Amino acid sequence: MLYFIEQSLNGVQLGMLLFLLAAGLTLIFGIMDLVNLAHGSLYMLGAYFAATFAAMTGSFIAGALLALIATLLVGMAVEVIAMRRLYGRDHLDHVLGTFGLILFFNELVRLIWGPAGMTLALPSEMLTAVQVLPGVYFPLYRLVIIVSTLAVALLLYVLVMRTRIGMLIRAGASNREMVGALGINIKLLYTLVFGLGAVLAGFAGLMQAPILTVQIGMGENILILAFVVIIIGGIGSIRGAFVAAMLVGLIDTVGRAFLPDLMRLFLSANAASTAGPAFSSMLIYMLTAGILVFRPEGLFPAATR
Amino acid sequence: MSRRFNTLNLLIAGVIAALALIPVYSALSGYPFLLSLFTRILILAMAAVTLNLIMGFGGMVSFGHAAYLGIGGYAVGILAKEGFNSGFLQWPVAVAASALFALAIGALSLRTRGVYFIMITLAFTQMIYYVAIGLDRYGGDDGMTIYRRSQFGGLINLSNRTVFYYLCLVLLLGTVYLVYRIVNSRFGLVIQGSRSNDRRMRAIGFPPYRYKLVCFVIGGALCGLAGALLANHTDFISPALMHWTRSGDLLVMSVLGGMGSVFGPVIGAVALLMLEETLSGLTEYWQIIIGPLFLLVVLFARGGIAGMLVGEHRG
Amino acid sequence: MSTVAEALLAVSNVETCYGLSQVLFGVTLAVVPGETVTLMGRNGMGKTTTVRSVMGLTPAMTGSIRFDGIEIRELPSYRIAKLGLGLVPEGRQVFPNLTTRENLVATAANRRNVSDPWTLDKVCALFPRLAERLMSMANLLSGGEQQMLAIGRALMTNPRLLILDEATEGLAPLIRAEIWQCLTRLKAAGQSILVIDKNVQALIDFADRHYVIERGKVVWTGSSRELAAVPEVQHRYLGI
Repeated sequence: MLYFIEQSLNGVQLGMLLFLLAAGLTLIFGIMDLVNLAHGSLYMLGAYFAATFAAMTGSFIAGALLALIATLLVGMAVEVIAMRRLYGRDHLDHVLGTFGLILFFNELVRLIWGPAGMTLALPSEMLTAVQVLPGVYFPLYRLVIIVSTLAVALLLYVLVMRTRIGMLIRAGASNREMVGALGINIKLLYTLVFGLGAVLAGFAGLMQAPILTVQIGMGENILILAFVVIIIGGIGSIRGAFVAAMLVGLIDTVGRAFLPDLMRLFLSANAASTAGPAFSSMLIYMLTAGILVFRPEGLFPAATR
Repeated sequence: MSRRFNTLNLLIAGVIAALALIPVYSALSGYPFLLSLFTRILILAMAAVTLNLIMGFGGMVSFGHAAYLGIGGYAVGILAKEGFNSGFLQWPVAVAASALFALAIGALSLRTRGVYFIMITLAFTQMIYYVAIGLDRYGGDDGMTIYRRSQFGGLINLSNRTVFYYLCLVLLLGTVYLVYRIVNSRFGLVIQGSRSNDRRMRAIGFPPYRYKLVCFVIGGALCGLAGALLANHTDFISPALMHWTRSGDLLVMSVLGGMGSVFGPVIGAVALLMLEETLSGLTEYWQIIIGPLFLLVVLFARGGIAGMLVGEHRG
Repeated sequence: MSTVAEALLAVSNVETCYGLSQVLFGVTLAVVPGETVTLMGRNGMGKTTTVRSVMGLTPAMTGSIRFDGIEIRELPSYRIAKLGLGLVPEGRQVFPNLTTRENLVATAANRRNVSDPWTLDKVCALFPRLAERLMSMANLLSGGEQQMLAIGRALMTNPRLLILDEATEGLAPLIRAEIWQCLTRLKAAGQSILVIDKNVQALIDFADRHYVIERGKVVWTGSSRELAAVPEVQHRYLGI
């Protein structure tokens, strides 16, 4: 039972990371109508930058801050150099073009940092566990991830719904031309929004780095999950993305932890240990399949764009 | 269509002639590697042609097409491991299994559209990839060697490299011809119509979902055959066959060669793989060039090589 | 000697294309500070294209467009707007996913630091209906309310020249009258206005000078008195 709670918390933590990524994707897709597969590359860069800067400065926090700035700069550069030419074009062009960027970034990272991947050490204060419930201990750092991600999500909400920039971002989503005709430099706005998305991705990447991975290609695996989250949650809905992210995070984590044992009840030990892991990875996709069959518009489809 | 002797058709004829002569050149010049490289080009070209059927003509951009290479390959590999070496059994199973998976994946994925369709096909392919990794008995993550190529009685010996090459060439050209006939049939016209205007198609009595699904299945099934060929070519299967980057490669070939042309992906496959060979000779990090190059093609030469050649006549 | 008032907006021989077809074949018009000028003509003659060229939305190919002495023909539209042009576009084009209040506030600005700028309160005083609907989503407003919102939105940028493209189209007569009233108040307060509309009589009453455009060229120009005196012009070019 304790194990179940612990795994559930892990699931929530994974869900929060997924939500960050999905939110960034939805933001950019909703406002700029841009499909960006290279979002995962920015996630990867966030992790690599953090590992590098933390090693250079000896401080996790300094490394993280520098990494966020670096990711922001890279994101804005990508927008100016590559993305601008993709606006208004077919989504397929976006997919193909940003796929080219994925290849580029993966190779660039390999060139600069080598093929082996990196590690990012946690500051020693974080290496403790915290008692969340009587008898249930959960790593402090994972709690930090959950809390900080929630904080970021809240900040994002406030930014989009309560500030002038947020109003302009939303206005630009419905009528870009008119926003320009009223005196706003919409090109700059788009660069900022894209940069914001990049920072969100980079933040997710660097936060998970100490406990999961810093390696080439890490962005794509989670990107696919992020898209699955958006589809399950409902396109264009941040609330849906949140719920779906939690669902996916929980099902994946708890499922992987308990499914092999469950299967052992029905199958031979041998078969269970072979099929267990394979089926665990399938759980999320089965959920996706279910949604597509019974509710293809997602759990919380946005009524208007 | 246009005049018989336009530039594109000349290129096609030239490419086919060149491909037919590769084994001769390879033997004479003493570069046996060339034969192997071009066998691979033929097989991947075949897969790219099937992708283009559903993508270029059907408007269904599948980022998961490599799954069928894997399914076809694993069908051959699994049957071989279990002692069934007959190609007469393996290859139909490869095609049938691919068709079944395509049916399942297509039925679900076609409930979405646009970029969501793309990502869902990607997601399901990842699922199959992870399942393959979980198959310990058949090599899991490391993959599995195939000790005997598909046997066809006395009919044809696949272990003979040259014979195998020509078989692949024949199957490739056959696939091209088949796709050509499909695209120009009434079925093909419905598919192309659905690509641009779903509603109108439905209004005149052609439910797009059904037609698209059939198209999707055909594409997947034929790709499964390519997978069977690939397994024979490499004598090895592994989950890497269906990694999403493989699907990306097929996409690149289709777009580079020209999505509007049935033969385009063949040109694209030749161009891409030869470019890779050349570039990897120059630098270990050749993908750094391919990535932006592809982006440039998407931005400025959207019709691919075929598009550029046909365009010059429209000018 | 009295100097001719420097034109606030001077459009000179502007030619514009939409894709491959040319729509404007040398349009020339001017607005002097404090004036209200109209641009009239039947549908498809180039009125909206002229406005779009001025605003940089459909850039003109040749000719000159000077605003306050500055050549703006090749500037991006946001720069043009920042110089003091306020657009109330055809079709209103309010931002449907923002509230009324947000529509007004999002693009509001006082770039020339005028001493008594437009504020949310002043716009609400001009358009009391909007005051009641401040927290509603703009796409839920009626046609007339959306029109008022579009005008208010442009006013909040404190423009030197207000451009109204078909501001009474498709509206009920009562609402139309309300809007004309508000525009009259603006004019009385000294706002320079360029207005496109089809209601010739209302325009004669409201504006100082008129331009009539036919097939991408100005074919007649004159004051309200002069226009009233040539019914054949009205008949020929405006279908009265």
